[in-house]
Amino acid sequence: MHEFRVIIGPASFRLLSRWAKPLDQMRALYAGYPQADIADFTVRLEEVSLLRRFIRPSAAINGDYMLPDAAPLPVSQGLLGLEMGMNLQMALGWRRQLILHASAAARGGKSLIMTGESGSGKSTLSAMLGFKHDDTKPQDSWRFLGDEFALIDPESGESVGYPRLISLKNQAIAAMQAAAPDGKFGPLMPGTPKGDIRHLVPPVEAVSAMEKRARPALILFPRFGHERAIRDMPPSEVFIRLTQASTNYVALGEAGFQALSHLVETVPARAIDYRSGEEAMEMVEQLWTELR
Amino acid sequence: MTAAYNNAQILIDVLRDPESVSSIDGGGLDAGGWTALITIARAEQLLGTLAARVKGQQLPDAVSAILDDAEKNAGYQRKTALWEADRAKAALADYDRPIALMKGTAYHAANLLAAQGRHVGDLDIMVAEDDLPQVEKALMAAGWEWVKEDEYDDAYYRDYMHELPPLIHQERDRMIDVHHTILPKTAKPSPDPAAMLARAERLDSGLYVFEPADRIIHSAAHLFADGDLAGGLRNLWDLFCLLKELDDSKAAQASAVLSSRAEEYGLGAAVQRAIRLSQYCYGNRNVSLSFADRLYIRRLLARNGYGQQTRKLTRLAFYIRSHWLRMPPLMLARHLWTKWRKGH
Repeated sequence: MHEFRVIIGPASFRLLSRWAKPLDQMRALYAGYPQADIADFTVRLEEVSLLRRFIRPSAAINGDYMLPDAAPLPVSQGLLGLEMGMNLQMALGWRRQLILHASAAARGGKSLIMTGESGSGKSTLSAMLGFKHDDTKPQDSWRFLGDEFALIDPESGESVGYPRLISLKNQAIAAMQAAAPDGKFGPLMPGTPKGDIRHLVPPVEAVSAMEKRARPALILFPRFGHERAIRDMPPSEVFIRLTQASTNYVALGEAGFQALSHLVETVPARAIDYRSGEEAMEMVEQLWTELR
Repeated sequence: MTAAYNNAQILIDVLRDPESVSSIDGGGLDAGGWTALITIARAEQLLGTLAARVKGQQLPDAVSAILDDAEKNAGYQRKTALWEADRAKAALADYDRPIALMKGTAYHAANLLAAQGRHVGDLDIMVAEDDLPQVEKALMAAGWEWVKEDEYDDAYYRDYMHELPPLIHQERDRMIDVHHTILPKTAKPSPDPAAMLARAERLDSGLYVFEPADRIIHSAAHLFADGDLAGGLRNLWDLFCLLKELDDSKAAQASAVLSSRAEEYGLGAAVQRAIRLSQYCYGNRNVSLSFADRLYIRRLLARNGYGQQTRKLTRLAFYIRSHWLRMPPLMLARHLWTKWRKGH
């Protein structure tokens, strides 16, 4: 097995693969990250069966935590398979922080958390905020914390960064190529189960400062494709939505309940509808100034 | 490097002798060793047990973080398992005969050594066979429902198995297996479930657990006379703990009672094997193993440091054996034929 170990935020992974190429791609994209010694989780990319090693090879995504009916991927999409495997380990196995299926970014020690259905644009928005970084005005710049999982520490209530590779789908690929022309992109993988996928390495400062925590200051529920609107959301609804967006709320027991209650009681939340990236960014800036 | 860990030996070595992980003379474990150990323990559902065994030792930070999580998770598992037992007891409030907890939930409820860090999946209970319709009805009234809708599977369970088809709770999403004996009806050994229930120990909750020798007989039957040994290292750890407690209890004639009862039930060989293999893996290694015992060990250790199952042929042989034990050959053929037609 080929092997690569990497640390992303508080978590570390041992990635194993029967094929060298997906790991070479991972190594190149995660070049700026620290390497793990003893890993929290193992993810394995391996052949489905001996026969399939030779005929139409496809890669099964296995590891410490597995889904019994997870469909294998073509080996050419192995990079995506490894990323999916890492997400699965976090979703099912992580206990050190409350995990929200959400994106997050920080500014001035405070964090913005964005959650919503797939296609809401939360992931692209966090990437756009992160890549708008202006070295001359660091106090007005956002630090990208993560596009998939927002981690909340149950003891301190703080946001913990998890800046894995940004996973761009379909139209978001072109949007981010425009927003981050100097960005480091992975290979384009057309025709995956989720459409076209291309990974983007997070901004340098997102990785170098990934251990720096931030205090949650605003929760947004973005929705793409609707006329500009901002709606209040009562804490009860925010709470229910976030329990549904959490992968380990139940498994954390009382600590999960305390962390989520505290978050909802202390941080303002709004639902926002928008039609374009620029519009959303403007709304984020406006709400950040008003509410934080 | 991890490639050297081509079986689960490291896990049984550390469970047997937890201090070996940090002993200076023995060299202790390096990063590769720890990674292999943690991966194998997790795959064998023994990570919580490992955490409990090495607790208090000087460990690398990364290891402490993982084992702290495992310990927390085990606490959560325990709470959930006991709550599930409590809910079943409440649902069966009108049922006035003994309800015996089995396996993991029983170990937790009775605070046995085997419960330390132990993962619990489903809730397993046993009641008298004649009472099954009443128990089933009461559970369904309290929100449990069938998992398998398939008529063949349902009939198969009812005609040949030692338990009802599994039920799952609508709201809590947890399974309950209601047993009326400890092995499938079609298996050769003939335990006496009525006697096991009559001897069972009553807990403060009003639920029962098997008395010590019966716990061992059930666990050994489950491991050696029923399944295909998948996850067998954990079952063997349970057996090691149960046997140790029986031994420590100094109860008069305890081991003689265990042997004669196991003989009577046709499970003498299973219990003797449990004693030999658990001593060999986790205890005083000074036991002589038969050729068959060595095959069992080979099967039990079939997991490498990457977490992969190895020794495909050995595993397949034990899988076929597990069906053979449950069913006469013709019945097995019919059963597999029906399963294949349905694309299982």
